Amino acid sequence: MTHEKDDVLVIAGEIFNSRLLIGTGKFRSSVLMAEAIEASGSGLATMALRRVDLNSPDDSMMNHLDPKKYKLLPNTSGARDADEAVRLAKMARAAGGFTWIKLEVTPEPNYMLPDPVETLKAARQLVKLGFTVLPYMNADPILAKHLEEAGCATVMPLAAPIGSNRGLRTKDQIAIIIEQANVPVVVDAGLGMPSHAAESMEMGADAVLVNTAVAIADDPVEMARAFAMGVKAGRMAYLAGAGGESRLARASSPLTGFLNSGDSNTK
Amino acid sequence: MIKISLNGEQLSFDEAPTLAQLIESQNIPLYFIAVERNGELVEGDPKKCVLEDGDTLEIARFVGGG
Amino acid sequence: MNSFFSHIRDSDFDALKRSIESATKDRVRRAIRQTQSGDDDVLAVFSPAAGEFLEDMAVRAAAVTERRFGKTIQLYAPLYLSNECSNACVYCGFSCDSEMPRISLTLDQALADADKLYMEGFRHILLLTGESPNRYGVEQIREVAKALNGKFSSISIEVFPMKARDYKTLESAGVDALTLYQETYDPRLYKKLHPKGPKSNYEMRLAAIEEGGQAGFRSLGVGALLGLRDWRCEAVMLARHARYLSRRFWKSRVAVSFPRLNPALAGFEAPHPVSDAHLVQMITGMRLLLPDADLVLSTREPAALRDNIIGLGVTRMSAGSRTNPGGYVTELDSGQQFAVADQRPPAQVAAMIESRGFEPVWKDFDPVFLQGSRS
Repeated sequence: MTHEKDDVLVIAGEIFNSRLLIGTGKFRSSVLMAEAIEASGSGLATMALRRVDLNSPDDSMMNHLDPKKYKLLPNTSGARDADEAVRLAKMARAAGGFTWIKLEVTPEPNYMLPDPVETLKAARQLVKLGFTVLPYMNADPILAKHLEEAGCATVMPLAAPIGSNRGLRTKDQIAIIIEQANVPVVVDAGLGMPSHAAESMEMGADAVLVNTAVAIADDPVEMARAFAMGVKAGRMAYLAGAGGESRLARASSPLTGFLNSGDSNTK
Repeated sequence: MIKISLNGEQLSFDEAPTLAQLIESQNIPLYFIAVERNGELVEGDPKKCVLEDGDTLEIARFVGGG
Repeated sequence: MNSFFSHIRDSDFDALKRSIESATKDRVRRAIRQTQSGDDDVLAVFSPAAGEFLEDMAVRAAAVTERRFGKTIQLYAPLYLSNECSNACVYCGFSCDSEMPRISLTLDQALADADKLYMEGFRHILLLTGESPNRYGVEQIREVAKALNGKFSSISIEVFPMKARDYKTLESAGVDALTLYQETYDPRLYKKLHPKGPKSNYEMRLAAIEEGGQAGFRSLGVGALLGLRDWRCEAVMLARHARYLSRRFWKSRVAVSFPRLNPALAGFEAPHPVSDAHLVQMITGMRLLLPDADLVLSTREPAALRDNIIGLGVTRMSAGSRTNPGGYVTELDSGQQFAVADQRPPAQVAAMIESRGFEPVWKDFDPVFLQGSRS
């Protein structure tokens, strides 16, 4: 039986003590972002790559996050197809030697849903280029297997459209992904409340990634703490073994009754 | 006159700057940035990369993201 | 991609036995209730503590099976193509050390047997050989499969281990399912039981089913011979193996067989006989752990047990089996692999299945639609 104290998240051989992964977007200020991430206890923070604004040229989030303290995970947000995603990944690697990449390909501007065809295509190319690939994906179990076979380090199915805070809308599909996966399953996007994070962890997800819900809370630092607790509670419940469905009634004539009758060699 | 496009803005120089000089002239910190020159990722030392008239540069860096 | 062997290499079977035996009643209750099983559940359902919960396991296994497969039992028949073998498995009738008439069927003889099975209603056929690829190899099996393809809707093989390329050859000829028992998952015992011949290499045998997975068979069948050692350890390893295969070869169905040792010509006495109750625990436990797997029970088992076990998790049964080459038609004088306990003709087995409220299924998949796209 796994005990909570030695229960760690392992992605591509790297160990993380927290199962909460955190995004750094949409915070009101970089200072608040850094405080919230500290409060979350997370060991992995995502970030995006954007054109430098020549009017405020030295405003980099790297001034606020210590790469020694957090594994920093660049994403390919903004990419609309595989080629753009690969291009962004290469830029991230050139910019800071980052070889882990959160692969996002979202061609459609309203719901920002990930493109399965282009994501798989990009994943294959990035693995070939030596990247450790963590793909954002729709909650499609078959796609999860394809991404796994392509060599991805995790699969990251969405709970609901990004930034929607709608919670675990894809629960049944994610349950199948968890059942079949050989790599960690990180529930990403759409988790709005700590209870959503807990629900994901209760069903056996390996980790969750949260950004918007923390960033846009009135008090992001307290919300980050609350999410950390939700993740912990859900994981503990999973390890403790949830009760599941109730016991089935015993049949009036037992199914195994034949074992006690004469025509069997029961010992 | 050397004309260079940087992140969509037109800049002019009297003589061809190196990439490092260009970055410095814009007060952009030299670390954690990625540069594309005419669509190609620049991977070498920016001090040794001499720019040419008509170059188009894109400089990116990390921002908050999920 | 790593192989299942990497999971076995460091397995300490004594320690495994202790962890199985340490499962508590509470842990067993939880394993029976769960809808998503983990490795703790694997240990629990095969533990001594679970013995008391056999009825609960049976009820749950019956419900899980019915939900996934309906009230059906698939019927298949084995067709032994050759009993020539260069292995000396101490428990097997085909062992090269045992004196018996050795026969390899000609293509015509094989087709005659197959015709007889077809007339009896079978559309699922299992082709078997010993391990003597120089005398009866890939090419001979391919010829038989090619001739039967289309006539039989499913052609399985249970033959010597091959590489993916050879499996692919057979897959292209119409073979859709591979069965290969590891016999025992304990590497040390394996060495003792398979002293010589190509089969003495444990790792190579274990790897073959994965080669079959790469070749794209629709079904991958595993099993351990029951009676060679303590069944609980074998059951745990078998469940782990099946779970590994179903995750890695996610396009294939996994099948698990439960062959209890039965005196063959060699007259081998099983050192650790498995009781009916333990067999039921193993089958129902396997169903709880593998809701989607085919569970297979052959005519090695006596009729009364087979009748009663229907509905408890088994989905596939053989009937009317002959385990010697040419046993159906030509009545050649050839040695059999094991003695058949349930000797009822197929129609009688089918009638029995019906009388228990299940539908005997002779054919459940027709590859004909897909063959246009096959290369």
